[in-house]
Amino acid sequence: MMKKLIAVVFAVLLASPVVAQEAPDALVKRVTEEVLEIVRKDKDIQNGSTQKAVELVDQKVLPHFDFRHMTALAVGKDWKKASPAQQQQLTAEFKTLLVRTYSNALTSYKNQKIVYKPFRMNAGDSEALVRTEVIQPGSKPVPIDYNLEKADAGWKVFDVVVAGISLVTNYRDQFAQEVRNGGIDGLIAAIAGKNKSLAGGGARAEGK
Amino acid sequence: MTGRLMTVKKRAAIGCLVAGAMAVAGPAWAEETARDPFEGFNRGMFAVNEGLDTVVFRPVAQAYDFAVPLPAKAGVGSFFGNIADFRNALNNTLQGKLADAGSDLGRLLINSTVGIFGLFDVASELGLEKHDEDFGQTLAVWGWGDSSFVFWPILGPRTVRDTGGWVVDAYSDPTWYTLNKSVAARNSLVALRFVDVRASLLPSDKVVEEAALDKYAYVRDAYLQRRRNQIFDGRPPRLDDVLD
Repeated sequence: MMKKLIAVVFAVLLASPVVAQEAPDALVKRVTEEVLEIVRKDKDIQNGSTQKAVELVDQKVLPHFDFRHMTALAVGKDWKKASPAQQQQLTAEFKTLLVRTYSNALTSYKNQKIVYKPFRMNAGDSEALVRTEVIQPGSKPVPIDYNLEKADAGWKVFDVVVAGISLVTNYRDQFAQEVRNGGIDGLIAAIAGKNKSLAGGGARAEGK
Repeated sequence: MTGRLMTVKKRAAIGCLVAGAMAVAGPAWAEETARDPFEGFNRGMFAVNEGLDTVVFRPVAQAYDFAVPLPAKAGVGSFFGNIADFRNALNNTLQGKLADAGSDLGRLLINSTVGIFGLFDVASELGLEKHDEDFGQTLAVWGWGDSSFVFWPILGPRTVRDTGGWVVDAYSDPTWYTLNKSVAARNSLVALRFVDVRASLLPSDKVVEEAALDKYAYVRDAYLQRRRNQIFDGRPPRLDDVLD
């Protein structure tokens, strides 16, 4: 009885905000495993349903991403030219686009094995790099690296690098081009337009 | 353009100089045109390749992906991966990474024998890590750091440096020699490798299609980032962080 009670107390402690302060590598591993566990059981996601994958990412992955930092990184030096309101709009639109990209990548998951590389960090570090690898027979392993930053609410991911390609900074030139053509508002409109066209096309694709 | 692999600081200093010199055009332009001076040609070739891909490459790769069972596909991938280990060993040697080169030769030996002509990657199971080297990376390590971007039909994204590297890789590819008695067999192998590579990229088609504001620029920048990562063996110095 006592043992059970202690177990329950521990379970409650573990489920409370203590979890938010878990180490970066533990966080990445836990979220990855949770998400893949769901994907493995979800036929819709396996069959390419972006909508279902977006719901999953919204619920499980989003809370651990710092989209403001990501957007600043993607926009580069033009970020400081944007007003606070524009920065907020940019972040909102870019978040939608990134979540969709990430979700699309999830739908191509086919039971590959994920390997978590040895993790190193010094006690006072405010940034961390967690390296993972996707292993599939007959192909080169695909590295996926997560850059995290320490925040009050725990560690937050601000960059995801797949096979050496940052899903975030890969937008720098495209965004700079839009800013040159139409200013910050032009960039916001361009991302919003892309999101709108994807939402429309996505709805059609789900229907078939 | 032919500068050494510079430290970030040096790079930034030179970047400032270039930006200053081209202040009239604006530093952002200077940066972009420096990497992609043939943009007009490249975009034209990109469009040609997209057309070819839609009509020929992707359908063939999809048919292959659909028709061939997974173990066979894995065998094909491992077979070409084994041949590539020769290139890895050669280029690791040229870059002075002798321990890696030795490991690559060990992989080649084990997989060609125990792994039955490379059909099974036994060496990875034994803990011999697979590397990813080519002559373009060797040129970069030797000092040809930055190079202009070129998009070729069929061959796809390259830089000027990597185009030269690709030619050397092709000449050092055992496929071309072991089978030079039978042109038909050699060409079949080259075609199969092409289909295998294209098929392995099928899952990323939708990702790129939906993520890009400008697909050409997205593919170009992804290629350049990936090369930078490969040249630094997966640990490139981080680019500047510009949070307010």
